[in-house]
Order: sequence, then structure tokens, then C-alpha cells
Amino acid sequence: MNATFTLDGRPVAFSEGQTILQAAVAAGAYIPHLCFHPDFKPHGSCKVCTVKVGGRHAASCTTRATAGAVVESDTPELNAERRALVQMLFVEGNHFCPSCEKSGDCKLQATAYDLGMSTPHFDHFYPDRPVDASHPDMLLDFNRCILCSLCVRASRDVDGKNVFALAGRGIRTRLIANSRTGRLVDTSFSHQDKAAHVCPVGVILHKRRGFETPFGSRVFDRKPISARADSTAEIAAVEADGS
Amino acid sequence: MPSKVRNAPDPAQAAATAMARHRHDPLELLQMLRDVEEACGWIPPEAIDCIEARLALPRAKILGVASFYSFLHLKRAGRYRILFSDNITDRMLGSLGLLDRMCRGLWVERGKVSEDGLVSVDTTSCTGLCDQGPAILVNGLAVTRLTERRVDDICELVRDEVPPGEWPADFFRVEDNIHRRDALLGTPWLPGRALEAALARSPEDLVAEMKASKLRGRGGAGFPAGLKWQACREAPGKARYLVANADEGEPGNFKDRVLLANAADAIFEGMALGAWATGARRGFLYLRGEYRFLLDHLEAVLERRRAARLLGESILGREGFDFDVAIHVGAGAYVCGEESALIESLEGKRGTPRNRPPYPVTQGYLGQPTAVNNVETFAASCLVALKGGAWYAGIGTPESTGTKLVCVSGDCEQPGIYEYPFGVEVRQVLADCGARLTQAVQVSGPSGATVPAAEFGRRLAFEDLPTAGALMVFNERRDMFEVARNFVHFFAHESCGFCTPCRVGTSLLRNMMDKLANGHGSPYDFAEIGKLNLLLQSMSHCGLGHSACNPVLGTIAKFRGAYQRRLAHEEFEPAFDLDRALAAARQMTGRDDAAAHVRPETEETA
Repeated sequence: MNATFTLDGRPVAFSEGQTILQAAVAAGAYIPHLCFHPDFKPHGSCKVCTVKVGGRHAASCTTRATAGAVVESDTPELNAERRALVQMLFVEGNHFCPSCEKSGDCKLQATAYDLGMSTPHFDHFYPDRPVDASHPDMLLDFNRCILCSLCVRASRDVDGKNVFALAGRGIRTRLIANSRTGRLVDTSFSHQDKAAHVCPVGVILHKRRGFETPFGSRVFDRKPISARADSTAEIAAVEADGS
Repeated sequence: MPSKVRNAPDPAQAAATAMARHRHDPLELLQMLRDVEEACGWIPPEAIDCIEARLALPRAKILGVASFYSFLHLKRAGRYRILFSDNITDRMLGSLGLLDRMCRGLWVERGKVSEDGLVSVDTTSCTGLCDQGPAILVNGLAVTRLTERRVDDICELVRDEVPPGEWPADFFRVEDNIHRRDALLGTPWLPGRALEAALARSPEDLVAEMKASKLRGRGGAGFPAGLKWQACREAPGKARYLVANADEGEPGNFKDRVLLANAADAIFEGMALGAWATGARRGFLYLRGEYRFLLDHLEAVLERRRAARLLGESILGREGFDFDVAIHVGAGAYVCGEESALIESLEGKRGTPRNRPPYPVTQGYLGQPTAVNNVETFAASCLVALKGGAWYAGIGTPESTGTKLVCVSGDCEQPGIYEYPFGVEVRQVLADCGARLTQAVQVSGPSGATVPAAEFGRRLAFEDLPTAGALMVFNERRDMFEVARNFVHFFAHESCGFCTPCRVGTSLLRNMMDKLANGHGSPYDFAEIGKLNLLLQSMSHCGLGHSACNPVLGTIAKFRGAYQRRLAHEEFEPAFDLDRALAAARQMTGRDDAAAHVRPETEETA
């Protein structure tokens, strides 16, 4: 347990089997990330948590921490690369922050602000992604999906329901619901599911609770994402308060 | 009166048959879906109902798997599904003109099913018939050497609804085109000889011989096969598995096809050697869907080997030496050539590459030690068992021992297979295949290296130009920008979609290359293309993303002029083109006169 690696020059303790990001989160150090959640097995798809380990790029959420490793994270080069990834996520979907009820609680938006993203930079894809408002308690707005698969993992591993899955391939990869009609109302989904509380963006929304917390006093309105030791847990706590 | 395509069977019956054939094992989901697709021409929802109910699998998971693979259809497809191989070598042989001709002949729009549900015509990634293209797949079966005449004949057969099984056999003739044989193709195979030689000694001895041979993986990465077998043998686990990777998806490669057709015995014998060395009792051959036409032949070889006690229980009478091979057929996904994605696919899942480490050799199929080798590696291991590691190490170069099957296609007189000892110069291959006025060759496919004429003294070897086998030849008339653009489209189509940089980046790159091709490029776009490639290289999850930048970075480095010519503007201008955007409206109204264009001087692009 005394083993440490250095993150931007500061020692971070880790226990056997922990990945770099897991150890960093546990130690209260911030490495930008989107598809990682401390409650779930690391997935490694968004690549926003990419760091340099001994000079080589590696996703910190899936790379095992090793004693004495030299990890760089908060560098202009890596932050520029992360910014490009976040820009990719913005142009891949349809993200209109001013009209999104997750604005201020959204990790994609908060990470973009934190990385100094001022424009989407790339040409938009403008995909056609109809919303699913069929469920009495929940709304799915697929336009904002970043394919982090946290809801897939939560529903499968915690709720035991397999309500969500990824389908398609490449740029056509999309989130689908587990029913013959493809509609959420025909699945076993409940607003109390863990999967209803893990979306880092504004896809899985609770009906009749929009804008309960006004703009300006939301999680990332108060403090930037990098200033929060465990932003993911904090959002979950906020959501749990409201239910 | 020609017989008509038989009526599609009942979807529920098709699903029941498929599940029974695969023992209702959820690990076989992809194989079941393939069977349903073959029986029905698509995967109807009623078939999914049955699989969902009987196997107790979430429907979303079944749909997730089915929608990952290009050859599986979740919407009703045409009764005839025609796919044109879209490698650059097919294009150089005129495939796009033939595709248009077929679409006109069948009154069908590319990429759509005809209104009567008869036929669809579209493109697919390289089908591995580059030496006898242009090639197409008709309901999954390969048709070679397309000409205008053959296209017209096919249109007539389709319109008359003649089942593909009754088409002229010559359409489906696949040649081996072996033009040079060396140690591997020149050795007459007597089934069982290499196994007998190995069984005369211990598994440890075989591993030692393999290590002494310095035989390296023939899929392109070049990992020493002996070390892999040893690691698999020594890794703790409940069971061990061997996998022969015959998912030959890299455009320009077709040597696995020729080996499977010609030397299947050597491949399966090599797998049995691997089983002796590692202690594996089960093996898989992962056959790419495009090579479905080889399945019956391969199954027959397996049966013959079982009858000869070269597979199955107590191989060659050796008590306790049990090993058998099952063939898994892919369904159109290049990424499954990556070994961890291949294993996911073997387990009936989407072909997403795993996080590594752990590597398959310690945690592979079902989490157990698994050695994945290319089919050529397995075949070569027979030579090691027969003639010894030292003999084998004497062929080729010190770092790249043995021989390599080189797949030559493109601008030359004799495309086909050439087997050389490692270390052969590119110049030699070009001379042997009759290539003239060659501008460049692409070694090892889109993920490999672009080699200009000034570097034809370089050698095919892991220490210089590593290769999976492909060598595409481009003469002086070819536009290397178009070559790179074709490869970029390939990667965008084949990206699995798991990680952000590859999923989005390959499509962004495709759009940027198209922007240059459409005459909207500026130095800004050129710089952007360079930056995007570096991001793909550094941030991607697997080799597909890492190498997706190679064709562009390679051609920029060696053929910068081909890009400069495309930079029509000094200042940035948007990719959006109003006139091009109105193409759909023009098509709907059947107009193409000057007044239907925003800029009358703009040429219509198809």
C-alpha cells in the first residue's frame, strides 16, 4: 500500500491492482475523464483520461499503476489532445448546451470548459437521433450520447436488467434499449435504477424534474470540474438528493 | 424456364435450426445469426424473438452483435445482395464503372434495395481477390474477373431470378495464381508427417525448435511464434486454446485464401503441433466471411484428418493427446483480425478490441490462455517440425527467418502469389511480376507503408518493411492521393466505434480527404489532416486506429505533390457545397439542366 507513482511530479499512493486513474481519484487528484466511474470496471473508450506514462500515451483508467512510474497529465500537449477529443464528441452528436437541462451538471460541458474549448473546431456530423419520450418517468435524448456505456454497465452489472446496449459500428454506433419496439417504455427500466443516475451528459433524464436546480447553482456552476475531487460521485449525490 | 429463388423459409424455423446446429450455446450467437441470414437473406425480428426466448439473451445484446457485422441485415435486404469489392486495386480495374452499369441494368440505386425487393447493389471492403478483380460477392459468394459482359449476364440472371447456385460455374472460379514457390509452397505435404516428427519428441522440444527457428508471426506484427506457444503453455489456466487467424481483412492480402485452398492440411497440422506444444485441446479457425466459399472444402479436410486420426481423441494413437478444430465464420468486420477483437467475436460478441494487457496468451478465449497465430504461421511451423529450427533459421535474414507469401496486385502483368525468402528487395518482386513504370508500392496494405520508386531497394523483412503479405503496385499514371483517400474510407468504414479518436477521427479524416477531392481544399485543411493523423496515432485504442493514419502520413511524406494539387484555394473555405447538396433534389426531379444548378460551371460529380 505504500507504493507510489508520480503524477505531474506529485507522489500518488496506490494499492495493488489499481489503475492510474482509480488511484488518482482515490487520492483526490484530477485527471480529466468521461467514461470512467469509480463504481464500475474501467472501460477505456473515451480516451479523455489519456496520460503519458514514461513518455508513452496510455489511457489512465485502464493502465495499471506501477511503483515509480512517471505519469504526466496536466501538460499543454495532453490537454490539447483531450480538447480535440472533446470537440470530436461535440460534433459527433447534437449538443446545444443553452437548451439542455443538464447544462451545469454535464461532465462533457464541464470538461470542455475546463480544457479551454471555445469552439467545436471540426465540422458537425448532425446525426439524426430521435428522442424516446415513451417512458412515463424517463426521457432519452440520444442526441447527446457520447457512447460512454456507463448506463450499459450500470444496468447490466448493478440493476441486473440489461436495459441498454451499444449497436451499430464505427461512426454509426448508437445506444439502444432492450425491447422489441426499441422503446424504453417496453423495457423493465425504472427511474430508481442505477442506470438512471450515471449518465454523465444529458441523455437519460428524469421527467418532471427539469430545471429543479436553476442555472447558475448547479454542480459545475459553483466549481470547475478539475477542482472537484470526485465529480462523478458528487453528481450522483446531487441527483439522489433530488429524488 | 429457369427456376426461381426459393421462397424464404419461416424465420422461426430458421432460428430453431440455427440454434440446434450450434447446440443452443450462446457463445455461438454470431454463428447462429449467420445461419439465419443465409437461410432468410436477412435476420427477421421473428427469428430474434426465438433466439431471445430460447437462449435467454437480452434482445439488445443480440441486436448489438448483429448490427456490428456488415454482412448481417436487420432490415429486409434484396433477395440478391450484390457487393462490389472496393479496394483501390478493384477500382483500378474499373469496378466503379461496372457498379454503375449494374445499377443501371437492374434499375436500382446504389446502396438501396430495389422497390420490388429483388436486389441491392453496394460496395464492401476488399474481398481478397485483388489478383482477379474486379470482384463481387453475390449473397456472400465470390464472383471474380468482372467485365461489362459479365455484368450484363449477371443483370439478366438476377432479373430472371436464377438462383446463384445455377449460375455458370466459371463466374465463381477462384484462381490460386501461384507464380513463385519456395520452402512452404514447394514442399509436398503428406498429412501427419510433421506431427509424427513432433510426437517423437516432447512438447518442450517442439517449443525449443520453434524458438530456435525464430519463426515470427505472419499476420504482420512479427511476434516470435515459439515464445507465444511457450507463454501459452506456461500461463496458468483451466484450459488452453489455439486460434488460427484466417480473418484476412487487410486490403491487398489474399495469401491466406490461397493457403486455405491449397495447404489446409498444413494449417491444421500446424494447429495440432501448437496443441502438442501448448497443451490446448480445442482450436478454432476464424474464417473471414468473404471466404465463405472455402468452408465446405475446409470442413472436408477436417473430416479427413479426423478419420486419419490426425485430429480428435488420441491423435496418432497417443493416449491423452486430444485436439479438435472448429471453424468460425466471420460476418464482415476487418477489426476482428485484431486478436482480442477476434476472440470477442469467437465468443459471439461485438468485435471490439479488448484492453491489453492482459494479452490473449494469458487471458484469451473465455479468459483462458490462448495462442492466436496467422494461418501462414501455423503452416510454416510444419516445416520447423519436419526439418528443425536450425534449418528454418537458415532461410531468410537473421531477424526475419523463413519465407513469406507475397500477394501482388495492381499494375503488373502477373498478379498473384510469390513466395520469397525474407529479405527480398521490392525491386526483385516488381521485376518478377512484370511491373513497368512503377511509381510506388503499398506494402502490407493500408496499415502498412507507402514505398516510392527511390526506395525499391528496400527489403521485405521485419527489420525494414514488415508485411502481412500485400504488395499493391501503382504505375506512374496513378494518383497517390486517390490511393490514400480509398484507404481512409476503408478505415472509416471498418472502425469499430469503441474509442473516440478512431470512431470520430477516421470519419473526420474521410470528410477532409473528400473535401480536398471535391476541390475545396486549402493549406489549412492540409495542416488539419496532419494534426488529426497524429491524434489518431497517439490516442487510439488499438492497432486499427494507430495505423489508420499511415496511408495519409506516408503519402504526404513521399507524394506531397499529389496533395498540393488538391489545395485549390489559398484561404480556408467551407466543405459545404450548395450545388452538391442539391444533387438529391436534381435526382428526385429528374433534372440536370443548367437551371437546376446553383453554379452552372460546376461539373456534376457522381
